Amino acid sequence: MDFSYSKTEQLFLQMIRSFAENEVKPLAAEVDDQERFPIETVQKMGKLGIMGIPIPKQYGGQGGTVQMYIMAVEELSRVCATTGVIVSAHTSLCMAPILENGTEEQKMKYLPKLASGEWIGAFGLTEPNAGTDAAMQQTTAVDAGDKWILNGTKIFITNASYANVFIVMAMTDKSKGTKGISAFIVEKGMKGFSIGKKELKMGIRGSATCELIFENCEVPKENLLGPLGKGFTIAMKTLDGGRIGIASQALGIAQGAMDETVKYTKERKQFGKAIAQFQNTQFQMADLKTKVEAARLLVRSAAWKKDMGLPYSPDAAMAKLFAAETAMEVTTKAVQFHGGYGYTREYPVERMMRDAKITEIYEGTSEVQRMVIAAQLFKK
Amino acid sequence: MNIIVCIKQVPDTTEIKIDPVKGTLIREGVPSIMNPDDKGGLELALRLKDQFGANVTVVSMGPPQADVIMREAFAMGADRAILLSDRKFAGSDTLATSYALAGLCRSLDYDLIIAGRQAIDGDTAQVGPEMAEHLGLPQVSYVADAKLLPNGNLLVHKENEDSVQVLEVEGKCLLTVLASAFEARYMTVSGIVEAYNKEVEVWGADKIDYDETKLGLSGSPTKVFQSFPKAMKAPGEVHEVSEEEAVELIVNKLKEKHII
Repeated sequence: MDFSYSKTEQLFLQMIRSFAENEVKPLAAEVDDQERFPIETVQKMGKLGIMGIPIPKQYGGQGGTVQMYIMAVEELSRVCATTGVIVSAHTSLCMAPILENGTEEQKMKYLPKLASGEWIGAFGLTEPNAGTDAAMQQTTAVDAGDKWILNGTKIFITNASYANVFIVMAMTDKSKGTKGISAFIVEKGMKGFSIGKKELKMGIRGSATCELIFENCEVPKENLLGPLGKGFTIAMKTLDGGRIGIASQALGIAQGAMDETVKYTKERKQFGKAIAQFQNTQFQMADLKTKVEAARLLVRSAAWKKDMGLPYSPDAAMAKLFAAETAMEVTTKAVQFHGGYGYTREYPVERMMRDAKITEIYEGTSEVQRMVIAAQLFKK
Repeated sequence: MNIIVCIKQVPDTTEIKIDPVKGTLIREGVPSIMNPDDKGGLELALRLKDQFGANVTVVSMGPPQADVIMREAFAMGADRAILLSDRKFAGSDTLATSYALAGLCRSLDYDLIIAGRQAIDGDTAQVGPEMAEHLGLPQVSYVADAKLLPNGNLLVHKENEDSVQVLEVEGKCLLTVLASAFEARYMTVSGIVEAYNKEVEVWGADKIDYDETKLGLSGSPTKVFQSFPKAMKAPGEVHEVSEEEAVELIVNKLKEKHII
């Protein structure tokens, strides 16, 4: 058993860490404060190949591994969770379902532009009345001969106002329940498709989270993704993969808050000594460090299984559940260690605490992860 | 155009520890990196490659673990990598090192050799210029800019302490460059994915023409009398402000550091 990073991964870590430190970290506070989508960072990442890490070369990707991709999400999120989720949603929720379910034509049409970062990807499943109960899809797609006509609204869609390609779930046959849901590839600018209001959020404030509105939206026949009626399965499998990305984002946030707290507690003096010298600090930080490392192993193990082509659904759920709760705990305690300063925007830990919360909610709440894990546990 | 870039693996630290008995650097436990000026040199080579097309070969002399900086060079865009590694080179000072590297360069077809100004572990700034002497090449050190002219010559900015000399260099030459002038590009993801699929050629002494007395310890006239780390001082910040603003600035800085 080998837990170490491969030579290629070590080289990748060196690159992504220095990219995050030099290009992403300096923008993090401003991106949060201004609620600004860091488009210039996305363009830089596109040039370096960060927007298409696990996509095979034949589709314009980098031919890297899932492991490398999640390392990127972790290292980016360590300094800016907004940047982390842009890459995660783009890769896991848009490119992955096209790669895994698309026809050769669809892959050739969409993946090269997405993998190069020229296009940004998004995913539309959640609706006002279909959150955790995702099967309650009210968006409809009607066969109109040479095209599909979509009607409905999607909400909380990451990357929405900057995305060019959307994977959208819609009901094609209500009588069949989840087996009546199908997946479509929708492009920005298609007739009847528009972006609705932008959400004002607690955290990851730079990620463009908006509504998608379909009003007799015309989608070409060939843009059905996967077989008719398989949309729900595609969505669930996509989310399994996405959860490894969000788990990495949570891990990165936790690690970033650890880094800041170690630095601060070594500098901050009270009662005549650095607060890092107090046993309370040391014991609490030791516990947090242990949880962060445990989360990292869960995340790497889930990514390894995906790379190996092994089933990984409960692994991804466990990784996300544990990493998200760890991120929330670490960031909350990081603010506490920083005291009054930590509550101000002068230090990044309050932002990290706000950013951490979403990892317990999106791409399946912590409760959904427990459902997934338990379902596997009590199967048969 | 064929460009040779000399790179060196160095310990990534400003707190260099020195073996009190041997007077040499202790490398164990210190992370290693590609020497910053050399990385600047590779960047210059890659910019010339981007503009005019070139074959970029990185060369290094060092132990087998220097392999990792050769991979990094591949991931940045180098085409070929040769590592001179042989027990015969052990104990080389700058003269013996430059002699061996010059021997390597003679075995290659090249139009330009680029080296870093100096390595952060030795700070001698000698290997590049000595190579030029061994090879009988014109050299320009402390290069801050280099452009290829339509006539094939290089227009080079040489940064002196208080001035910049602009030189036009004809024919083959050797440049030593400053990291600060050539901000190195990141490795690309595809470059990283491919880096370990490529071959780093490891050359022993037998691959170059040499005179035994000029290699390794026997070819090294330099005797290190004493090595010691300089006391480190944090770099100061210069602010051009009025007296009143200065007071506020200093108070804020002290607050920032929790001193007051």
